[in-house]
Amino acid sequence: MLAIADLAKGFASPEVGGARVEIVRIPRFALSAGEHRALRGESGSGKTTFLHLIAGILPADEGRIELDGVVVTELSESRRDRLRAEKIGYIFQTFNLLQGYTVLENVTLGMSFGPGADRARAKSLLERVGLGHRLDHFPRQLSSGQQQRVAVARALANRPKLVLADEPTGNLDRRHADESLALIREACREAGAGLLLVSHDEDVLAKFETVQAFADINRPAGRT
Amino acid sequence: MTLPLIVYRSLRQHALSTLVTAGSIALAAGLLMAVWMVKAQSQKAFLETSTGFDAVLGARGSKLQLVLNSIFHLEASAGNLSGADYEQIKKHPAVKTAIPLALGDNYLGYRVVGTLEELFTSVEYAKGKKYALQAGGRLFAGPAHEAAIGSFAAAKLNLKAGDTFRPYHGLVFDPNTQHEEVYTIVGVLQPTNTPADKVIWIPLAGIQTMKGHDPRTASDVSAVLIQLRTPMAGFQLDLMYNRQGNRLTFAYPVAAIIADLFGKIGWFDRVLALVAYLVALVAAGSVLASIYASMSARRRDLAILRALGARRRTIFAAVVAEAATIGAVGAVLGFAVYFGLLATVAGIVRTETGVVLEVTAGHPILWIAPLAMVLLCALGGVVPAFKAYRVPVAETLAPTS
Repeated sequence: MLAIADLAKGFASPEVGGARVEIVRIPRFALSAGEHRALRGESGSGKTTFLHLIAGILPADEGRIELDGVVVTELSESRRDRLRAEKIGYIFQTFNLLQGYTVLENVTLGMSFGPGADRARAKSLLERVGLGHRLDHFPRQLSSGQQQRVAVARALANRPKLVLADEPTGNLDRRHADESLALIREACREAGAGLLLVSHDEDVLAKFETVQAFADINRPAGRT
Repeated sequence: MTLPLIVYRSLRQHALSTLVTAGSIALAAGLLMAVWMVKAQSQKAFLETSTGFDAVLGARGSKLQLVLNSIFHLEASAGNLSGADYEQIKKHPAVKTAIPLALGDNYLGYRVVGTLEELFTSVEYAKGKKYALQAGGRLFAGPAHEAAIGSFAAAKLNLKAGDTFRPYHGLVFDPNTQHEEVYTIVGVLQPTNTPADKVIWIPLAGIQTMKGHDPRTASDVSAVLIQLRTPMAGFQLDLMYNRQGNRLTFAYPVAAIIADLFGKIGWFDRVLALVAYLVALVAAGSVLASIYASMSARRRDLAILRALGARRRTIFAAVVAEAATIGAVGAVLGFAVYFGLLATVAGIVRTETGVVLEVTAGHPILWIAPLAMVLLCALGGVVPAFKAYRVPVAETLAPTS
């Protein structure tokens, strides 16, 4: 479902006088349909950049990303946006909910960039994550755990093939983190979506059957 | 659905700046429409106000002054013409009607004008419209000390049929110059929306024989309002009085003389219009500044939208649409400003000249100005929209791990 080959990404760094510093170089990586995998990595190791590359938020410098039969790295930015809206759900550490929008709008708006807003499905998902009674509330009126549940509903709204979760429990206490993680995995299973989660939290990683060290797959060349 | 929702939520999130900016647009749109309409309506109203006459004959002097004095009841009289001059023009074969006016008195600032009953019985003050009296009233009769009062003056002076008054000498009210004669109001005229509404009409002889006026000029008149049999006759009389003669002035055609007035003060219109354009530009600039200034606060939301799959062009369009919406809200509110301004100006013009501006009249500017404001605001939104277009998603979103 996800196949990556010779992927590389670097940035100009002011710390080295503007020279390009390679952050990501992944010779090979694959994830099967419906598979759940966790990547262990320290802060600053390039995990988020890796997820952004898969999501098409950042263009790759080199290499190839194929998602569900589509070569992401060959698409224009606009097509990558479309692909992200249709095939990828993204869960952020800081939830990244739109504060001026209601809970229901946060979910339907994401849908509208893809296959189209479906209020009934959005309501059903929010009920599934236990927020059926908070549809018209704004994110600031919710607890952190509830906000993350909205983010989960939003990520699954477009029936994605792949859910990318970037330290999704980083802003939650242990109890809420465990609940949230269980919800993410369960919801992905129900939707048949693959899950690629990155974290440095051993408690989170311990919940996964397959955990891979990001350092084992990422071998940046360093300064070039 | 997506774009309207994004625009609506963004406007709600920045409600205060939205309202302030829309307010400035409303002022600009209202001012622009009002300036234009006051200009258009004034010209139309003044040009159409000939009170049914083609020309005016008066003492030697300015044609404009003669028209303003005798038709609009503004300005001072340039002097009188003799009863013989009146009789001569009245009998001229090219003249259909000649109505003399005697001016020189007022009552509490409202002109008291002497004339003939014929003005009210024979003349159409506008096409198909003759003077009429309100119920229970009648016209003054012969040389009696009676008066028929225009509707505006009656309302302002709180006078009705049966009331009496003593005129004051001169066209400007001076409490020390009251005449002895007591006049009785015998009728109130129906509104005509012409300067005649603010005049107190008395018999011609009333002014001519008022105590305190020079008895040697008792047969003089201030001006003669003239209806011609043919337009060509006007040019013949113009030649006769203005080029060959040197005692009298023949003002013809009335509309052309008023048009000449507007031509002379055209620069004032242009200055007003320029000010209105500048206000409109500043208002559009305020939209630009308002949205641009809030861009830092919006960056995260824009990046989230992009991460959810919104295209750059969607973000660009949302910001431009937001600016245009502020312009549209402002333009709609601008109509309140417009009606307020126009009603105020119309009231002043009515009080000062008796000319009525149509506040509710239609004009292309009433859709051109709002549309132009919306387009200007949308244009003003392009700069912040480019900023929004360029928001780097990865950099703006969550901190890197």
